[in-house]
Order: sequence, then structure tokens, then C-alpha cells
Amino acid sequence: MKAVNFTPRFWVALGLVLFTLLLGLVGPLVVHTDPNAVVGGLYDAPSAQQWLGTDNEGQSVLANLVYGTRTSLIVGLLAGTIATTIGLVIGLVAGFQGGWLDDALMGMTNVALAIPSIVVVILLSIALPSRGSFTLALVIGVTGWPWTARAVRAQATSVRTREHIDVARLSGARWGSILAWDVLPYLLSYVVMAFVLQVAGAILTEAALSMLGLGPSGSVSLGVMLYWALAWGSIRTGAWWAFMPPTLMLTLIAFSLLLLQSSLDEVFNPRLRRGRAARRKKVVGVTEPAVGAPVPIPIESGEDSDVEVGRGVETSSGTHTRGGNG
Amino acid sequence: MNFTRYLGRKALWYIGALFVALMLNFFLPRLIPGNPVDSLVSQLSRGGGSSGEQMKAIYENYMREFGLDKPLWQQFFIYMGQLFQGNLGTSFGQYPASVNGLVANALPWSIAIQLPAILIGWVVGNTIGAIAAFKGGWFDRGAFVSSLFLSSMPYYCLAILLLFGFGVILGVLPVGGAYSFGLSPELSMAFFGDAISYFWLPFWSLVLIFIGGQAVGMRSMAIYELGSDYVNYGRGLGLSDNRIVRYIFRNAMLPQITGLALSIGGLVGGALITELVFSYPGIGTLLFNAISQNDYPVIQAVTLIITLAVLAANFAVEIAYGLIDPRIRAASIGDR
Repeated sequence: MKAVNFTPRFWVALGLVLFTLLLGLVGPLVVHTDPNAVVGGLYDAPSAQQWLGTDNEGQSVLANLVYGTRTSLIVGLLAGTIATTIGLVIGLVAGFQGGWLDDALMGMTNVALAIPSIVVVILLSIALPSRGSFTLALVIGVTGWPWTARAVRAQATSVRTREHIDVARLSGARWGSILAWDVLPYLLSYVVMAFVLQVAGAILTEAALSMLGLGPSGSVSLGVMLYWALAWGSIRTGAWWAFMPPTLMLTLIAFSLLLLQSSLDEVFNPRLRRGRAARRKKVVGVTEPAVGAPVPIPIESGEDSDVEVGRGVETSSGTHTRGGNG
Repeated sequence: MNFTRYLGRKALWYIGALFVALMLNFFLPRLIPGNPVDSLVSQLSRGGGSSGEQMKAIYENYMREFGLDKPLWQQFFIYMGQLFQGNLGTSFGQYPASVNGLVANALPWSIAIQLPAILIGWVVGNTIGAIAAFKGGWFDRGAFVSSLFLSSMPYYCLAILLLFGFGVILGVLPVGGAYSFGLSPELSMAFFGDAISYFWLPFWSLVLIFIGGQAVGMRSMAIYELGSDYVNYGRGLGLSDNRIVRYIFRNAMLPQITGLALSIGGLVGGALITELVFSYPGIGTLLFNAISQNDYPVIQAVTLIITLAVLAANFAVEIAYGLIDPRIRAASIGDR
């Protein structure tokens, strides 16, 4: 019996993600054209010399696409890391500690959730005199942590009541040590999924900001490419090669990351693997209806549904109900 | 009575969140050293041939008009006072236009494309998600992957593709704007008929993505319910599939109602980029123009309205949950 059952969808998603990472990392080494160099006329059509043609300033679309993908990935990974780290720390401390600290941290999280992050990002972006890629990643990351904090807290609260935590306490383990070695491993599945979602969200937020005119100054990203394509009317003039590559690349990145997260969801939550159960039933040949739900693996809890639909469940309902339980 | 106390606590919480939002709205743009009037006046001097004396008079007038000659805390209270009177200030970029007027002109267009897309997307998406969860097999797989694809696609990318495909290549729909040249907004069938033809592309670019997102969420919830104890018990008793589906649907719908309210909260600010792509004269276009002109009063007004809409939607969700979720009522009474 394999410890982890990866579905075909997982491998497809992983392949797509690796493709985009490869393009972003290795692409600039293969495409030697400087994205800022003028290599032809305005909106030259794709040709043998310029595979994807030129843009509104006569620059190579292919070079911009490759360097733009790298910038977008850097912003996404950096912002995703920042947001996931902040959310993880706050969620862990709140969930494990409970009491007034839990209330204070969750109150802060709920306020941050209630205020739309796009608003804070816009306000911060217009306040900054210059916006490099790293600054933008920091702004997006600092505003993106609340969802992760809520999900992690819900799981940490349930893990806190397990017997092995009591054993660790009785053994004299320190607070930080219990959090790091006994609680965190149980949450890794959610942390991984949260991270993937954070990265995807950050990349799309960067593109949205760029199209509003708040993108990284002095560098090219997929969003900046779209901004210039729109500003110079390339869609209406039919210069499809100016906007189609960044559009398709953004869609590919977003879809592959979400598909990856969804596949991991099936790996970590056995109840979502209906196809496999149905297949197993066919092999055995029984025709009676399913007699029982799949046995949940030990780390799961009844609160999974809260986490799975975390963005749908209202803000305080879980907290309220859980308080009633306690 | 206990429900009233529940509502009171929620109301207080949201007033606190609103205050935090107001402070963010006011102070974040003022993190910059200097003030916008400096750059504004320097732009004027760069562009025109005004004399030094005129520039000085303009500068002083701007400082007075926008209250920038006072300490920051005084500015904040002036700002709050103006807000409570419903006054959003005067535009920098389109001076002396009132921000209230600009927003009032833009808001109906945003709501016009967002509200139908949200409602239709919710109904269609939930239906598809529920059917996919119950049927399983290849229908489930196909519906799931395509819904996931649509929900993951950035809405502005879909907007660009639709605009290029149907507007430019096929040429069957207008490529931008909200109504034809020569017409002005009015309540008449002629104007409505004209505006509706400009409506389809923005609408479809939003509704497809809403359908996808809703279907994915509903499918997950319904699958969880399919594996729950009460469903297995019902099957064991020999209940018909139709009855079981009704039970599942009712439980799976609870978080979908939350999602609907939150989507309606995103009514104002949810389609910023889509409006840019289609040159639709909504809030997104207003915000974009304000950003490019460093028009701080308009930017603050738009972000404030977006925040207010989201907070109001969240509050409505809390009320709705108190009414429709028995667990909330039980917790309030203390039965649990």
C-alpha cells in the first residue's frame, strides 16, 4: 500500500507547473535578446527572425514574455512565502494557545479578512514612490495572510486535543518545540495547499495591479505586458501577438497551480477520491450500494469541511460553534 | 432576545472593522513624504505657461481646498466629518468635479454588468456542481476540470480573449464602450437596446468565471455530504435517491449562500480590470484614470466604497447565518 496516492491529475498539474517554472528560470538563458532592446518596427508580425513579433515599442515579445514570466513567478513565490509564513505563525499560535491570545489574533485576522486586500494593496501601491518587484511582492504578501491564518488555526485547534500533545507536555517539551515538532507536521498538508493558492493569487494580483498602472516600475512582468498591450490598443488593431502570449501564460500559470492544489486536496482528503473507490468496487464485483464512508485517515477531523470551504464559510460561525463545543 | 444580543455583538464588531478601514483609507496614501499638491502644481508648471504668481495662487488654493495645510490628525477629523455628511471631496484630476458626482456616474455601470453575472453564475454553477457530484464518472471529471479551468482563469484574460474573438475576429459585437457615439444615457428603449449590445461581452467574461468557481465549490461540498453518516443511514433505510439528493442539497447550500453574499459584496470592486479591457465607464475605469492622474480623493472614495460594500455583505452573511443555521441559534442560547 502506497503511503501517498497521486492521481493522474496531479502529474498533469505538476508537469504544467514545472513547465512554467522552467520557462521562467531557463528561458532567459536561452533567449539572449534584451527585453528592452528595439529589434524591429512597431507591432511587427511574428516571423522567422522574431518568433512572436514585436510590441508597441519594437521590442521582442518573446524576450518580454520570458523575462515577464520570471518576474511574475518571483513576485508570486515571494509573496506566497510571506503570506503563508505570516498566516502559519498566527494560525498556529492562536489555535494552539487558545484563550485571550486566540481571541485577539483571530479578531485581528477577521478585521484583515473583512477589508478587501485589493483595496489595501492599491492604497499601499499608490503610496510607494517607486515599486520594484520585491516591494510589490512584499505588499501583496503582507495583505494576503488572513485566509491561511484561519485555516491553520482551525486545524491547530483540533490537533491541540490529541493525546500525543499531552504526552509531549508531560515529557517536559517546551512550547515552541511542541508547536514545531508535534503540531506542525499534522498541518503540512494544509500549509502546502495554502501556499499553492497564495502563489497563484499573488501572481494574479500582481497582474491586476499592473493593468491598473501600479505594476513594478523598471521591469517587465506578464501584467505589465498586458498593460501596454491594452494602452496601445493592440486588441482592437488586431495585433494579437502583443496580448495573446501573456494572456495565455497567465491562464496557464493560474490553471496549473489551481489544478495542483486540487490534486493535492484529493491526496490529503480521501473522501474526495470517489473515482478510485468506485473503481475498487467494480473490481470486487459487488453490486450492493456502498455500505460505509471511506475510513478517514487519523490526522483528519470533523472540521475538514470548515477548512475545505474556508472561503465560503462565514467569518465567525466556526469560532462561535467551536466556542460552544469547548 | 439572545438573537438580538448576537446581532448587537456583530454590529459592534463591524463598526470596529469599518473604523480600521477608514484609518487605512486615510493614512496609507499619506505615507509619502510631501503631498500630492506639490506634484500637481509642478505638473501644471511643466505643461503650461502660467506665471510664478499664478502658480503660487493655485498652490495656495489647492492647499486650502484639500486641507493639506493643517496637521495630519486635524486632516483626519476633517475627513471623517466630511464623510459623515456624505461628502467625498473634490477631484484633483478633473477639478472642480465632485467625487460624489463621478462615483454616481460610474457606479450604475459596474452594478449593471456585475449583478446579473453574479446571480446567474450562482444558480447555474450550483446546479452544475451538484449534478457533477451526484453523477460522478466522466461527466463529473469533465465538468470539474472545465469548471476548475474557468474559475482559475483570470477574469481579465477571459475578457481579452472574448473581446478579440467576438469583437475583432468575428466582428459580431462592439469592441468597447457602453453605448454608441451620439447617444446619451436616458431611460428609453432606443438607448437600452443600444446599451445591451455593448453589455454582452463584459457580462459573459464575468458569468463564465462565476459559474466555474461556484461549480467547483458546490461539487466539493456535495461530495463531502455524500460520504456523511446521515446519507449512509438514509440509504440503509432504503430512501429514494431523490429524497437523499434534497437532503444533501440543503446542507451543501449553506456555504454557497455565504459565497453569494460575499460575491454581492464584491459587486463594486470585483470587475475593475474587466471594465478596463472593454472601456466600460464603471468604477474600474474611474479608478484607473484616477491612479494615472494621481487623483487621491477619487482613489480614496473608490477604495472606501469597495470596502463598505464588502463589510456590508459580511454583516448580511452574519445575520443570514443567525437565521438559517440552527447551530448558530443553539450556540447563542447556550444549548450547546
